[in-house]
Amino acid sequence: MTALVLVEVENGAVRQASRSAVAAASRFGAVDAIVFGDGAQAAAALPGVTRVLSVPGLVNDLAEPAADLLAARAKDYSHIVAAASATGKNILPRLAGLLDVQPIPDVVEIKDVDTFVRPIYAGNALATVRSADSIKVLTVRGSNFDPVAAEGGSATVETIEAPASEKSVFVKVELSASDRPELESARVVISGGKGLKDAANFKLLEPIADKLNAAIGASRAAVDSGFAPNEMQVGQTGKIVAPELYIAVGLSGAIQHLAGMKDSRVIVAINTDPEAPIFKVADYGIVGDLFEVLPTLEKAL
Amino acid sequence: MTMKVLVPVKRVVDYNVKVRVAADGSGVETQGVKMSMNPFDEIAVEEAVRLREKGAAKEVVVVTVGAQAAQDVLRTAMAMGADRAILVRTDDTLEPRAVANVLKAIATREEAGLICMGKQAIDDDMNATGQILAAKLGWPQGTFASAVTVADGRIEVAREIDGGTEVVSLTLPAVVTADLRLNEPRYASLPNIMKARKKPLETVEIDSLGVDTASRLTVVSVAEPAERKEGVKVNSAAELVEKLKTEAKVI
Amino acid sequence: MTQIEREEMEFDVVVVGGGPAGLSAAIRLKQLMPDAGVCLIEKGSEIGAHIVSGAVIEPRTLDELLPNWRDLDAPLRTQVTEERMLFLTETRSFAVPYLDRVMPQMANHGNYVVSLGEVCRWLGEQAEALGVEIYPGFSGAELFIENDHVAGVITGDMGIERNGEHGPNFTPGMILRAKQTILTEGARGSLTGHAMKRFGLRKGVEPQTYGLGIKEVWEIPAEKHRPGLVQHSFGWPLDDNTYGGAWLYHFGENLVSFGFVTGLDYANTYLSPFEEMQRTKLHPAFREHFEGGKRLIYGARALSEGGFQSIPRLIFPGGVLAGDSAGFLNVPKIKGTHTAMKSGMIAAEAVAEALEKDKKEAASMTARVQQSWLWSELRDVRNIRPAFAKWGMKLGALYSGIDSMILRGRAPWTLHHPHADNETLRPASVCTKIDYPKPDGKITFDRVSSVFLSSTNHEENQPVHLKLRNETVWQTVNHDVFDSPESRYCPAGVYEQEQTGENAWQLRINAQNCVHCKTCDIKDPTQNIDWCTPEGGGGPNYPVGM
Ligand SMILES: Cc1cc2nc3c(=O)[nH]c(=O)nc-3n(C[C@H](O)[C@H](O)[C@H](O)COP(=O)(O)OP(=O)(O)OC[C@H]3O[C@@H](n4cnc5c(N)ncnc54)[C@H](O)[C@@H]3O)c2cc1C
Ligand SMILES: Cc1cc2nc3c(=O)[nH]c(=O)nc-3n(C[C@H](O)[C@H](O)[C@H](O)COP(=O)(O)OP(=O)(O)OC[C@H]3O[C@@H](n4cnc5c(N)ncnc54)[C@H](O)[C@@H]3O)c2cc1C
Ligand SMILES: Cc1cc2nc3c(=O)[nH]c(=O)nc-3n(C[C@H](O)[C@H](O)[C@H](O)COP(=O)(O)OP(=O)(O)OC[C@H]3O[C@@H](n4cnc5c(N)ncnc54)[C@H](O)[C@@H]3O)c2cc1C
Ligand code: SF4
Repeated sequence: MTALVLVEVENGAVRQASRSAVAAASRFGAVDAIVFGDGAQAAAALPGVTRVLSVPGLVNDLAEPAADLLAARAKDYSHIVAAASATGKNILPRLAGLLDVQPIPDVVEIKDVDTFVRPIYAGNALATVRSADSIKVLTVRGSNFDPVAAEGGSATVETIEAPASEKSVFVKVELSASDRPELESARVVISGGKGLKDAANFKLLEPIADKLNAAIGASRAAVDSGFAPNEMQVGQTGKIVAPELYIAVGLSGAIQHLAGMKDSRVIVAINTDPEAPIFKVADYGIVGDLFEVLPTLEKAL
Repeated sequence: MTMKVLVPVKRVVDYNVKVRVAADGSGVETQGVKMSMNPFDEIAVEEAVRLREKGAAKEVVVVTVGAQAAQDVLRTAMAMGADRAILVRTDDTLEPRAVANVLKAIATREEAGLICMGKQAIDDDMNATGQILAAKLGWPQGTFASAVTVADGRIEVAREIDGGTEVVSLTLPAVVTADLRLNEPRYASLPNIMKARKKPLETVEIDSLGVDTASRLTVVSVAEPAERKEGVKVNSAAELVEKLKTEAKVI
Repeated sequence: MTQIEREEMEFDVVVVGGGPAGLSAAIRLKQLMPDAGVCLIEKGSEIGAHIVSGAVIEPRTLDELLPNWRDLDAPLRTQVTEERMLFLTETRSFAVPYLDRVMPQMANHGNYVVSLGEVCRWLGEQAEALGVEIYPGFSGAELFIENDHVAGVITGDMGIERNGEHGPNFTPGMILRAKQTILTEGARGSLTGHAMKRFGLRKGVEPQTYGLGIKEVWEIPAEKHRPGLVQHSFGWPLDDNTYGGAWLYHFGENLVSFGFVTGLDYANTYLSPFEEMQRTKLHPAFREHFEGGKRLIYGARALSEGGFQSIPRLIFPGGVLAGDSAGFLNVPKIKGTHTAMKSGMIAAEAVAEALEKDKKEAASMTARVQQSWLWSELRDVRNIRPAFAKWGMKLGALYSGIDSMILRGRAPWTLHHPHADNETLRPASVCTKIDYPKPDGKITFDRVSSVFLSSTNHEENQPVHLKLRNETVWQTVNHDVFDSPESRYCPAGVYEQEQTGENAWQLRINAQNCVHCKTCDIKDPTQNIDWCTPEGGGGPNYPVGM
């Protein structure tokens, strides 16, 4: 059995989520990678990848030619895998439509070659599903699979012509103006609550966010009190985030807040109240005054 | 413009309901819980209605695949401004692939010029039906749309991607799937709800379409996610950074 | 104020509120006048979404309304099989002997344990099948008054932003014109309040008094489940001067309904009904039922406790009151469903007569009520609740035994409700603080995680629906004298006092959490809290089971 992984390369480096997808796919057997645009070399360096299909002519991840191309190659593979990223979710279900199979999105665990676990109802339940399709098309959540290293492999590279796309034309792309990453996709999120006391203090999170390249979030109480704008709210009625690292500063961890961040891989809490519910979900907790802890944390980083 | 917009809408457990996994692990308790239109589909209906209001479309037709009770969401969609509705009746729950087969049949029958739908249903969170449908129809797709403009037989779609926004231009007919920021859907006002009772609602038995609705996935079990374990307390920021580096390996 | 252009729709009858009373009224009307245009509005996002009740119900009225209910798959599935009334001390419990003689009101033979929300959803289906137009998600915001009589209702405006301006989605409320309007809003209804004021309906009757019921639904291990078990308690944790007690019913599929009613005439400003209910679960007589179980739903609602003495005039020009809005609750029985339904049916009958004779007033309502079993049932128990208020729980219980056993409700005297509930609080300086245990996260919980289980939501960008009429009064009365009682009695944690400086405090109102129980509207010492109906569809979303 061989799996084909759609590998995304950004600024010459393979995205971490794609390295996780490679790790997940290697559970099925040998792994081939396909790269749209430049970056075949980076993919070829991934340990465990035997062959890279390079499509330098397909620069903008347009779903229509990408899915056509994948469909043409699909018969050689038992599994076609991508990260559950915007690109993966755009292309793979279309591929599934072309192959007339049912895709399996957002896989968080692989039980065996045809059985997968995926969250439903916004992560409030986990469904284990078995696929009867001969080719399985799946996207996997990066946070649930340890990525393969970026270096160490030496795959062969085969270059493929890009099919033409008439029905869909790329116009332009605008990347976020803020130099901070987006909340939902940031690797690290640092969130502040009412414990920060006012809007001026809320800025204390910034130097740490800068050092960790983190997005900044807030509890609803912090938003309601005007410390942070609406779009920063994390929680049931705000944004749902699941970063690698979530640092909760001066927020109690109300259940509505937890609903938005409890799937983070590592949670850190800083709070004066040792009974604060946030400690119940935190991997690492510091019981202490944030006004003392934050400056020392900044120095220690 | 004579374009007809087809909007598939799904009846799902309301987003305010905290779902509960059935004790026997067979699924999620949906018995008697509040059901509503999938929020992404409300956005899709709104966008379609706006296109008609702007003169870019002639008619907005909503369709749902589901049980008799799914009529509710069709009535809501018509109260929001859709012109008529089709209920493709089935008591089975269908996977996106099967739903796409049904929708393809309806889109063909209706000669739809644009299909505008939700990017994902908040029950199964598949985020797949639109893409599968586009593939099956051989139409281009504009997924995760945050803005659309129709002009000169094409549709321009701004798409939310991981790092920002991308714009693509598609030939019509096309499939567009709506993301949260596309618009803020209007309320179904009471007078409009009252009027929607009189708009046409056609029921089509699913078998009469003769499409493949078989499931390819079997649900083995449904479980509650594991609760997080309480971690450890550390004494200083330095110790924390050390642990994050060596133990958790996140920084 | 600028005049808003409002759309209109005309009906024969508009019913405000889809609880047992309103639904029974609507059903009865269509039975009597199949061609009448009957519209029912409900502020919850669906029928049942705002219903909180025990509930053990007497099927008596259902037999009258829909005699074939057993064939219609009505959700009355668990009959009462076993019952007890316990008097609690801190660690022990004593069962009241000869319950059906000493407290005949508490005897539940032949009754059913139900989810009243589910029963209402079912009644809603029956009503729709008869042609009633039901519009959930829309609240009656104002009475529509023309020539000094009620000519329908105006529904709430939607899409007003936090700052009071019309947002892009602004939709003005609509005028629902009606020849007759039936108000069945449950306890402490807002339009009912307007009608009472405008038409002087409370003249000459005693003040309405209330209780606050806080409820949880649990799923417990099958081996512990005893469907049909009904247990009530009084005594601990309340002191003898505070009226209240707990209930615990086993019903449905491994479900348990547990709750606690606190009489809102309580005096100790430090009392917290929420915490009383939480700590009751720790008593040996209750605790075992919850161990190994899981809490599923949480909610709270005020109930009318004034009874017979507090029933207002039921008729006003253009409409009538029924159900808990009019106070038709049998307090010793803590049952208001069968009485709400009965009063709804009677309202329908009186309204039908008025429509046929083309009269503005459904004048026969009062006489019809007085001639029905409803009247004698409430009259017979009229002294029991006031006796508890007058003599405390233990002597009250004794009196209730005498009243029921010896006098059989025919006592030649009537005890009174001397005060409205907002007048009974005592200043913090003379009250003792109560040391409530910390929530353990297994059997007892805090407010925030509780509200979560009510699935409460309000559209965020709308004017706050709870306001202080006067901020200074809050500081000088609520804070300085009573030490912010609202932060304790509100079962949803809506009110928090916040220190803003040395000797400066302010009240933070988390209006989004509000579960619409109406306690603050009732209990605020100076009636300084203005409870406006928020945008329709907001508030709790209680699922079936509640
Ligand atoms: C329907 C509904 C939806 C909601 N949705 C959301 C949502 O999406 N997101 C959300 O966040 N909330 C939501 N909430 C609100 C939620 O219930 C809480 O009120 C909110 O999360 C509390 O915010 P907080 O933790 O910042 O404030 P608090 O609970 O006040 O916590 C502040 C914390 O800071 C600590 N602290 C104070 N000073 C210091 C110091 N010097 N150093 C260290 N620690 C300190 C305190 O010990 C305390 O634990 C919702 C509520 C409802 C009812
Ligand atoms: C693992 C798994 C578990 C399941 N568990 C349950 C369960 O517990 N309970 C249950 O009821 N069903 C269950 N089903 C079946 C399920 O209800 C769905 O019909 C199916 O999975 C569609 O997925 P989706 O709605 O997430 O598709 P998505 O691709 O996320 O939907 C996107 C859009 O497609 C359109 N759309 C989707 N379905 C319809 C429809 N029926 N009619 C009209 N338009 C539609 C809407 O515009 C929607 O916004 C399960 C299926 C799977 C695969
Ligand atoms: C905690 C508790 C326990 C109880 N236990 C029992 C029991 O065991 N047995 C029993 O028989 N009875 C019990 N009762 C009493 C019983 O629930 C009530 O008497 C009964 O529900 C009253 O019916 P109703 O229709 O008058 O009012 P409600 O049931 O209160 O219904 C009123 C409805 O009107 C809606 N509404 C209100 N205002 C508006 C508006 N302006 N616009 C639109 N809609 C509006 C509300 O949302 C609600 O749905 C209990 C009550 C409580 C609170
Ligand atoms: S704010 Fe008032 S009505 Fe709302 S939950 Fe609290 S006490 Fe009840």
